[in-house]
Amino acid sequence: MARKVFVLGEIRDQFLRNVSFEALAAGKIISEGGEVVAGLIGENVRTLANDMIYYGADRVVIVEDEKLKYYSPDGYSQAVMAIIDSEKPDAIIFGHTALGKDLSPKIAAKLNAGLISDATAVEIVGGNVVFTRPIYSGKAFEKKIITDGIIFATVRPNNIPPLEKNESRSGEVASISVEIKDLRTIVREVVQNAAEGVDLSEAKVIVAGGRGVKSAEGFEPLKELASVLGGAVGASRGACDANYCDYSLQIGQTGKVVTPDLYIACGISGAIQHLAGMSNSKVIVAINKDPEANIFNVADYGIVGDLFEVVPMLTEEFKKLKIHSS
Amino acid sequence: MNIFVLMKRTFDTEEKILIENGSISEDDAEFIINPYDEYAIEEALQLKEAHGGEVTVVTVGSEESEKELRTALAMGCDKAVLINIEEDLEDGDQFTTAKILYEFLKDKEADIILAGNVAIDGGSGQVGPRLAELLDIPYVTTITNIEIDGKNVKIVRDVEGDSEIIETTLPLLVTAQQGLNEPRYPSLPGIMKAKKKPLEELELDDLDLEEEDVMPKTKTLEIYLPPKKEAGKILQGELQDQVKELVSLLRSEAKVI
Ligand SMILES: Cc1cc2nc3c(=O)[nH]c(=O)nc-3n(C[C@H](O)[C@H](O)[C@H](O)COP(=O)(O)OP(=O)(O)OC[C@H]3O[C@@H](n4cnc5c(N)ncnc54)[C@H](O)[C@@H]3O)c2cc1C
Repeated sequence: MARKVFVLGEIRDQFLRNVSFEALAAGKIISEGGEVVAGLIGENVRTLANDMIYYGADRVVIVEDEKLKYYSPDGYSQAVMAIIDSEKPDAIIFGHTALGKDLSPKIAAKLNAGLISDATAVEIVGGNVVFTRPIYSGKAFEKKIITDGIIFATVRPNNIPPLEKNESRSGEVASISVEIKDLRTIVREVVQNAAEGVDLSEAKVIVAGGRGVKSAEGFEPLKELASVLGGAVGASRGACDANYCDYSLQIGQTGKVVTPDLYIACGISGAIQHLAGMSNSKVIVAINKDPEANIFNVADYGIVGDLFEVVPMLTEEFKKLKIHSS
Repeated sequence: MNIFVLMKRTFDTEEKILIENGSISEDDAEFIINPYDEYAIEEALQLKEAHGGEVTVVTVGSEESEKELRTALAMGCDKAVLINIEEDLEDGDQFTTAKILYEFLKDKEADIILAGNVAIDGGSGQVGPRLAELLDIPYVTTITNIEIDGKNVKIVRDVEGDSEIIETTLPLLVTAQQGLNEPRYPSLPGIMKAKKKPLEELELDDLDLEEEDVMPKTKTLEIYLPPKKEAGKILQGELQDQVKELVSLLRSEAKVI
C-alpha cells in the first residue's frame, strides 16, 4: 500500500544530524512507493532542505521562526501540527534523539495516536509496517505494529542505513507560515558540556574508558586512538563518577545508548548497566587486565593486558595501516 | 504544594530475561521501583520538605505493585494510589496508561507531577509528556535540577550531555534524569509508618472508563532474545603480536576498519 510519510529532520549546530537521513530511509520503506515529505523546523533552515531531498525526500516543508531557534515542546509541536494538518500523512517518523523523545509523545497525544519509540529496524510484512525495538535495555527485542490510526515511530540513531546521497534528485521546497506563540517553557541558556568532535550517539567508532583509566590524563591515549579512527570517546559511569571525564560521555542505562560499528572498551568491567548502553554494537573489543572481567563475555575480541600499554600500540598499528592504505 | 509522583514497578536491572510462551517470564524475578521513578520520588519528597504540602504516589498496575507503593510510602510519600487494571484490560500501551492517569489526575489540581524519564523495561519514555499534553500543562523531560519560587520554576535539563537552563511555571510535569538527586533508603520507622498510610485502590470503573476508551493503539507481534553471541576470541601471545592480530582481524574478519 502506497503511503505518504512525514519525516522530521533534525538540525544541530547548523547541520542535519545523520539520524535525519536514517529516518528518511525508514520513511522510504514505509512509503511503499508513495511519497516521503520531509519537515525542517528552526530559525533558518531553508539551506538544508536540498540535503533532505538528496537522501530520499520527495518534497520538503519548512517552518521558520525566530521563536524556533531553540527547541521547545510548545513551539515545535505548533510547527509539526501545522505540517501534519496540511499534509495529512499516513505515517510519521522522528529520530529517537533528545528532541524526538521529548516531542513525539506530545504529538501522539494530540493525534490520539499510538507511537512506537526507539525502533532499530522497520520492514513490511504482509502489508503491515513492522518495527523492531529493544526492550529491557537491549536484553530482548520486540516486533510491534500500530493497530489503529496513523503510523508513528521514532528511530534509534545508527541503526537503519541511510540511502546513498544522490545530488541529481530534486524536489519542491515549500514554506508554511505558522504563528508560534504561548511558549510555556523558555530556554534561557544552553551549556555545552560535550567535547568537540564526533557526536557520540552517531559515531561509527567509539573508544570508551572506565575506572581503569585512572585519571583525566589517562584518557589522553584513548583520545588519540579515537582520533586516528575518526571516532568518539565515551566512558563508563565509573569513570564519570571519579571525575576523569564529563557525564556527557557516559554510556549505559542512564547515559547514552550507542550502536557503533566498533566499540573498544578500555578498563571497563562490563557491569550490566554499562552493557545496556553498548551491547548492541556491531563489534566489541575489550581491553582489560582482569581476564575474569564480565566485559569479555560480550566482546568479540579481547586483549588481557594493561590498557596503557595496549592502547598506544593499537594507535601505532592503525596509523601504519592508514599510511599504507593512503 | 499538591505533589504527585508517577511510579512503575519494573524488573530488577540485574535480572536475566527469559521468554516463555512468547512473553517475558516473571517467575522468580525480583521487582523494583523503576530507578528513574525513584529519583522522581526523592525529588517530590525534597520539594515537600522545602515548600510543604503532600506527596501522592500513583501507579497503574496490578495487585503486585502494592509492594513498591509501600516502599514509596516508607520513603516518605503521604498517600498511594493503585489503579488496578489487571481484571479489566488484557493489553495496554503508553496511550492506555496516559489516558488512565489523565482520568485520575484531571480534577486533582496537582501543582507538580514528577515521573521517571523512561522505564527500564519497555523503554518508551512516553507516558509523562503524553499525560502533560492531555492535562494541558507544560512539561520538561530529563531534568537534573529544579528550583521552585512561588509559581516560577527554574530547571536544568540534560540534553544528550549538554545542559539547558529552562524557565517555566506551575502547574508542571517533569521527568527525572540520573543526577537529579540520591534517593534515600526507607528508614525502619518509615517502614513501620508506611503500613498505616492510606493506599487507595481504583479500577477503570471508578474512573468512569470503559475498556474501549483505553484500547491500545499498538500491538506486540513477537518478543525474542537477541542471537546468542559466540564466545569472543581472547587473543594470545606477545602483546605486540596480539595488537597486530587484532588490527588484522578487525580489518579482514570483522570488516569494521
Ligand atoms: C541505577 C544504576 C544506573 C547505572 N547506570 C550506568 C550507566 O549508564 N553506565 C555505566 O557505565 N554504569 C552505570 N552504572 C554503574 C555500574 O553498575 C558500574 O558501577 C560501572 O559501570 C563501573 O564502571 P567501570 O567499569 O569503569 O569500573 P569498574 O567496575 O571499577 O571496572 C574497572 C575495570 O578496569 C580494569 N582495569 C583497571 N586498571 C586497568 C589497566 N591499567 N588496564 C586495563 N584494565 C584495567 C579492572 O580490571 C576493571 O575491570 C549504574 C548503576 C546503577 C545502580
